[in-house]
Amino acid sequence: MTDLLQLSLVVNGEPVDAHVQPRLNLADFLREHMKLTGTHIGCEHGVCGACTVRVNGDIVRACLMLAVQTQNASVETIEGLSDSGEIADLQLAFRDRNALQCGFCTPGMLMAAQDLLRQSPAPDREQIREHLSGNYCRCTGYHAIVDAIEATARARGERRP
Amino acid sequence: MKASAFAYTRATSVANALELLAAHGDRAKVLSGGQSLIPAMNLRLICPELIVDIGDLVDLRGVGVKGDILSIGALTRHVDLQRSPEIAAHAPLLRDAIGHVAHPAIRNRGTIGGSLANADPASELPACMVALGATIVARGCGGERRMAAERFFTGIYETALSPQELLVAVELPFAQKHSAHFFKEFARRHGDYAIAGLGAQAILNHDQFADLRLAFFAVSERPVLAGAARMLVNAPVTPALLSKASRALGEELDPYEDQQASPAMRRHLAKVLLARCVSALLSRPDLAVGATN
Repeated sequence: MTDLLQLSLVVNGEPVDAHVQPRLNLADFLREHMKLTGTHIGCEHGVCGACTVRVNGDIVRACLMLAVQTQNASVETIEGLSDSGEIADLQLAFRDRNALQCGFCTPGMLMAAQDLLRQSPAPDREQIREHLSGNYCRCTGYHAIVDAIEATARARGERRP
Repeated sequence: MKASAFAYTRATSVANALELLAAHGDRAKVLSGGQSLIPAMNLRLICPELIVDIGDLVDLRGVGVKGDILSIGALTRHVDLQRSPEIAAHAPLLRDAIGHVAHPAIRNRGTIGGSLANADPASELPACMVALGATIVARGCGGERRMAAERFFTGIYETALSPQELLVAVELPFAQKHSAHFFKEFARRHGDYAIAGLGAQAILNHDQFADLRLAFFAVSERPVLAGAARMLVNAPVTPALLSKASRALGEELDPYEDQQASPAMRRHLAKVLLARCVSALLSRPDLAVGATN
């Protein structure tokens, strides 16, 4: 029963069929099979948040899901959110505010930040920190990241009629 | 690290899952949300031969109301509990606790059944079940078994479930009239493992407790329903009485040591939690200090 299993899912809007081992986690599937290397792998046990992706609209740890658990699911990665322009303003704010240095945590940070802004359009700094509490950054000290997210929330609020 | 190789099967019904567990016993592991199981597999702390994925069993998902009982399906995710109006209305302790369970991305996958069956001594939900007087419902090939939460948790990652049984639901009595609750944990970072925590459910009679259930977690191998709480029931709570209860709590706890805290630190923090809890529940700021010695 450790044979390859048939897997059908949607990745960034495109239907995908694959054959995978049960032990393959979603992060490795995205990186190795789909060549979507924006999903980073840090700790592989759910602590660092670098592998955060969306499954059926909810952010999850890609290292804590088996690829086979995404049967018939819709998976969105940082490449999908980048290409669609959904987070273009957030990415620009990160760049303007120097909210990244080495960039390793950035895809996961952007996924978590966008998730927060979709749920609560005007979060305070405490809420931002709480929502990002599962994402490690070893460069910035977080302050600039919180600034960038706060600035994006404000700008989006001003654009809203 | 990566998990070692295993076979995988997706259960099509509860009966099908039970057949698989009966056939494979403790060589199989049930996969619910996977937020504790998969890290343990990735770290090769456990290497099951077979994973039985129950993720498709939609019958086990959701919060229902039967009379004055809340019935929560085992596959109900933490995020669903957090957003449930029924939980907020009838078990607000649980709603307050959920915000402390890990992080949003983990709450989107982790389930109540998985958390309870995993029985991590530092996790919030087992203690809440004990404080709330929950009933754990398990199903095996022989039928259904119901256990009081107090007897369900037996040790570190150990429960009264047999390898052939599936935890299918938990039942919580509605919070009664004049009830109050308190939840607090100490952790290095929001969402990290607690160093010491307390979930409490009380019934108030004017300025006294008519009932007080204090469930401490991360201080012992399993949730501790503190016997010291009885000293505070149906009595005027004075600083002297609280100090006495605090000493009794210190004596009944037998905290473990790990890289986060020594037994003495855990015992101290439990006493701090007791004082803050009693002070908050009775709206008595004077009790919050000076009762931890």
